[in-house]
Amino acid sequence: MAATATALDPRSGAALEKLGRWLDNRTVLSVLFMFPAASILLVFLTYPLALGVWMGFTDVKIGRPGIFIGLENYISLFNDGVFLLSVFNTIVYTVVATIFKFGLGLWLALLLNHTIPFKAYVRAFVLLPYIIPTVLSAIAFWWIYDAQFSIISWGLSQFGLIDRYIDFLGVPWNARWSVIAANVWRGIPFVAICLLAGLQTISPSLYEAAALDGANSWQRFRHVTVPMLMPILAVVLTFSVLFTFTDFQLIYAITRGGPLNATHLMATLAFQRAIPGGQLGEGAAIATAMIPFLVGATIFSYYGLQRRKWQQGSQDD
Amino acid sequence: MASVDVRKVFKRFGSVEVVHGIDVTIEEGSFVVLLGPSGCGKSTLLRMIAGLEEITSGEIAIGGKVVNNVPPKDRDIAMVFQNYALYPHMKVYDNMAFGLKLRGAEKATIDQKVRQAATILNLTEYLDRFPRQLSGGQRQRVAMGRAIVRDPQVFLFDEPLSNLDAKLRVQMRTEIRELHQRLKSTSVYVTHDQIEAMTMADKIVVMRDGHIEQSGAPLEVYDRPNNLFVAGFIGSPAMNLVEGTVKRANGATQVVTADGVSLPAGANAVAAEGSKVIYGIRPDHIALANGGASLDVEVAVVEPTGAETLVVGKLGKTDIQAAFRERHAFKPGQRVPMTPMLDKVHLFDAGSGRRLG
Repeated sequence: MAATATALDPRSGAALEKLGRWLDNRTVLSVLFMFPAASILLVFLTYPLALGVWMGFTDVKIGRPGIFIGLENYISLFNDGVFLLSVFNTIVYTVVATIFKFGLGLWLALLLNHTIPFKAYVRAFVLLPYIIPTVLSAIAFWWIYDAQFSIISWGLSQFGLIDRYIDFLGVPWNARWSVIAANVWRGIPFVAICLLAGLQTISPSLYEAAALDGANSWQRFRHVTVPMLMPILAVVLTFSVLFTFTDFQLIYAITRGGPLNATHLMATLAFQRAIPGGQLGEGAAIATAMIPFLVGATIFSYYGLQRRKWQQGSQDD
Repeated sequence: MASVDVRKVFKRFGSVEVVHGIDVTIEEGSFVVLLGPSGCGKSTLLRMIAGLEEITSGEIAIGGKVVNNVPPKDRDIAMVFQNYALYPHMKVYDNMAFGLKLRGAEKATIDQKVRQAATILNLTEYLDRFPRQLSGGQRQRVAMGRAIVRDPQVFLFDEPLSNLDAKLRVQMRTEIRELHQRLKSTSVYVTHDQIEAMTMADKIVVMRDGHIEQSGAPLEVYDRPNNLFVAGFIGSPAMNLVEGTVKRANGATQVVTADGVSLPAGANAVAAEGSKVIYGIRPDHIALANGGASLDVEVAVVEPTGAETLVVGKLGKTDIQAAFRERHAFKPGQRVPMTPMLDKVHLFDAGSGRRLG
């Protein structure tokens, strides 16, 4: 190719040849190929993250550039009862919701793994809570938990189980359990479908072998299902924890953090302080304070996700 | 050890009946092979013996005790699966010990039994490995080890060698056979490979479409196939089957094909004159003619295997195969006079496919 170029015009031919050689360089090529993806990541991920962390060290407010104030935001946060309450709320919310999501999700996955009539439809139906936009389902829960029109209160009073309507969202612990229930309802499909996918990779002949070996159904679950499901369980657990820990929509649409900040999570508090409150620096500091927790969860999953020894080696069966 | 009795067993999946009333007796200590093409119901029958499939009707008894409603774990059987079904997250040792552990055996007993089985199967140095770190043949042996540590009444094998390469298959065939001679355990073995069946079985049960076509000792089934299906299925290369009409002349019986070739059928052939029959002769029961009446075979392909020479040719319009122990240097297109060994000729009724005589 270079030869034909030279024949046409000696000068541009030499330049083209140089460019061609330069493009054949592996380093140049790899940088070139990475550029589109890397630029998207840099512009939309790294830059906002770095900006947020930086803002946490300043006293920037909406409409007013701030100056660097070091750890002042963090020091004030550690003496701020509302922030500490939000950390407590976030941990309770994440831990309790995750336990329920996994317990019920695994149970649902096991049920769906059986041969049931209209299997495909039932499975699609299970995904429904996950498909509905969060805000929409949050509004539905808002009605379900309404102090006067709650269908739960109405149902229980019809059965004569209660004589006063429950104030779901007006009492701190009621409110916490209520939003946790809403989060669990929304999160179960994701867990159930992921675990179902995991269950379906387990060869039925392993269960048959275990049955012949003398295992009852609990032992089959304990010695076959659980260990075989562990790798996918670790992945789903990590994602579920990350999503729950950073949850914003559900809380903001149902309670806005009330009553008395009882349902404020770190994410909602960060938004509350930064945007409506105008304290961008402080909001950014709260958001940055979530990073250690998230890194912790990621490290946990990194070890959980490592290929177990038994997964190594070939599989030619 | 125990015998297994299968009495009038039917199996339906929904509205589809796949096993139509099977009767088999598997004697104590014998090695019985269920043989048939895929979809013949042999695996289903084995799984019913194991208790992994429900029996629609009929009875299965192990050691004289009807087990229709006994769960698999209480039938005292062990099974070797086609895909081995080893627990991937357990080491070889634990794979073999699992059944004993669940049954609450003592640690010392478990250890002794596992090590003993490992010695028998040459697995001692692999006890500490995970199944994925083993080769196919080693996994196969672990699967057998898992079965023998339990010392069960009956061993069930579901096509255990079909995932192995040809050489290993032959080797494992011998090992399984040796193991059986050593343990004298009642074994039921499912395969679609008639060589495996011939070489390993005390008794072969040939199945097709959920029926038993024939059962008996391997050589008996080979020498006297009951019907056309068995004749064609057992033996490799397959028996030559040629359609024709019976003619008697001068005390000799002949089968005349549509294109006029006369096949000699021996004096004691019991077939009525003029009846339509299928004439069967195995390739190794065809010899070169030494003068006298002969069949004029036009050679198409010569396949030397070293041990024998397989000649594929045309007899009139019919394809015919002949196998010789000697190394003949035939050329394609050459006409070779051949003659069937008269006492090895099989005649089958053309309508029903049943053996005549």
